[in-house]
Amino acid sequence: MTTFLRVAGLVVRKDLTVEVRSREIVYTTIFFAVSCVLVFAFALVREGRPLEDAAAGIMWISVAFAGTLALGRTFERERHSETLRALMLAPASRPALYVGKLVGIVLLLLVVEAVLVPLVGLLFHAPIGSSPFRLAALLVLGTIGFSAVGTLFAAMLVRARSRDVMLPILLYPITIPVIIAGVRGTAALFEPVPAVDLADMWMALLAFFDIVFVTLALWTFEPLMTE
Amino acid sequence: MIVDFTEVAVRDVSRHYGRRRALAKVTLECRSGEVLGLLGPNGAGKSTLLAILATLLAPSAGEVRYGTATASQAGAGLRAKLGFLSHDLHLYPELTARENLVFFARLYGIAEVQASVRTALERAGLSARADDFVAGFSRGMRQRLALERSLLHQPRLLLLDEPFTGLDDASVDALVERLCGLRAEGRIIVVVTHDLDVAERLLDKVAVLKDGRLVAFDHAHGRIREHYRAHVAKGQGQ
Amino acid sequence: MNKAYSVLVLAAIVLFAVAPAVVAQTPLESTMGLVQKIFYYHVPSAMAMFLAALVCGVASAVYLFKGRPGADRLAAAAAELAVVFGLIVLVTGPLWARKAWGVWWQWDARLTSTLLMWMIFVACLLVRRFGGAGAEKLGAAMALFGMANVPFVYISVNIWRTLHPTTAVIPKLPGGMRGPFWFCAVSFMLLFGLLLALRVRLEERRADVEQLYLMADHE
Repeated sequence: MTTFLRVAGLVVRKDLTVEVRSREIVYTTIFFAVSCVLVFAFALVREGRPLEDAAAGIMWISVAFAGTLALGRTFERERHSETLRALMLAPASRPALYVGKLVGIVLLLLVVEAVLVPLVGLLFHAPIGSSPFRLAALLVLGTIGFSAVGTLFAAMLVRARSRDVMLPILLYPITIPVIIAGVRGTAALFEPVPAVDLADMWMALLAFFDIVFVTLALWTFEPLMTE
Repeated sequence: MIVDFTEVAVRDVSRHYGRRRALAKVTLECRSGEVLGLLGPNGAGKSTLLAILATLLAPSAGEVRYGTATASQAGAGLRAKLGFLSHDLHLYPELTARENLVFFARLYGIAEVQASVRTALERAGLSARADDFVAGFSRGMRQRLALERSLLHQPRLLLLDEPFTGLDDASVDALVERLCGLRAEGRIIVVVTHDLDVAERLLDKVAVLKDGRLVAFDHAHGRIREHYRAHVAKGQGQ
Repeated sequence: MNKAYSVLVLAAIVLFAVAPAVVAQTPLESTMGLVQKIFYYHVPSAMAMFLAALVCGVASAVYLFKGRPGADRLAAAAAELAVVFGLIVLVTGPLWARKAWGVWWQWDARLTSTLLMWMIFVACLLVRRFGGAGAEKLGAAMALFGMANVPFVYISVNIWRTLHPTTAVIPKLPGGMRGPFWFCAVSFMLLFGLLLALRVRLEERRADVEQLYLMADHE
């Protein structure tokens, strides 16, 4: 168990070091997410002003789109020097490698969300401060669910053709429950009187999803990555 | 469970992708203290065979035995005894030389990380550049670093995919000397190369692949050019 | 396989030939009248689709963890059939909805979940076709994840939908309809089984051809 955590920790530290140095993925992903939000804000208008009810949906869609790009870029980087192969060659536990990569992606997306949430609050007058802990919990759980499936698929796709378009094709249908739960839960929290019970229920669903799919990913990572 | 072995045996190994055959019933072996060279024209299957030896690919048929165990029997412990120097070098350009080595040393669970890394940097001649980013290194420097990285964990079997390509003469000499040293330590070394001069200086055994088939497997001394002319040069109109 | 197969094909032909007559003499449903009879093809197709999905999921798991190429062939065939029968469901559904409720699409939990599952299997097929070498494993993972997703999709869509107003409820099945329904269900299941067997055989032949190419190349 300690080796597992040690290996995962190694991968996370390495990814963070690389990212902190170049900051390429972080900057571009944040900017893309912000652009998404703006595009949607302009597209979904009523009486010449952005639709305030759409705040929750727009936020999660932007995270999903930005997340897909971030996943693609992260694994493209690994593909560049075939370093993913080097990781597979090591005697380290493969699921540990997966967890390391997953944590890295989740952290990256959480940073993006930290920028996005205040922006959404600003543009759509959304009450992001009304239940901050629940909102944070929803975001964390949803991000984990989305990233769990995304990291697995993106890692598999490193060796495939048409990988840029394949990732969204594979990822979005599977993560629709995450989007539904995230959006509805967030919308519940953005109500004038936050519907906390409803939000809690969606959180429970997300937690279940996370458990099931992280487990499934841990199981299938090794057979999928070996040719 | 760390596995150690003194011989690598490839028995009737085939590998195909759909209807394209990459390797057809290749049989060869290599022992401790021997350097085996894989020669052949491009697309002959040399890199595929190397990848199979490195357990990155599974053969479609046949088996590879490391000592008495196959890859699936030996499990993860086998990978602790394999070193692979790929053409892509497997280095993180955004990290420094030292950070690259430290990362892989820790990943392989090496006991004395700092000491091993220091020694590796010295051997690679990069102690002065240890804290510079790999992105700024020349091909030769990266190669030296990558070689030391693949040796950090004292692998029994060392696999090198065209390590001499793109190196100047001095670097080639240094690499040949290093490999001879490793051979003297009892490692098993398998090298893919196009360079006949180097081959003559270095190899104990030579295997020539053509279209996925093993067309020659022999002791190297004095025979390399002969085999090369017979099987490889023919197809290239030399 | 051939003798039994021909008999079953004959049986399927007979069943489908008789089916319209069987369906025609079922009692008319009170609110929707004639249109409701689409149900006799709509629901069995859905059953066939979910059966295909289940077969694909299980075969994919076997392929991923045991590596048997036969399992991969079965998964590929089942994925295709899931898409085909799913298409039937998704076309007959709106046709029915249009006539019965006046709208083409109804965010009904079942229909929406079916749409999502269908998309997952289309994605499976796309990745097999365009993913390059090694794409079968990707397709298998997709099918497996799709299977694991079924409860989540259904629950989340169900709860999501109840926040919207609904306009209809799928009726309970009265006596005179039960017989013809199961008749059609059996017909569709038989059709599914036959198509699956045929498709798997096609994949096996394809694998044989590849083997022959490899052997010829050896000379």
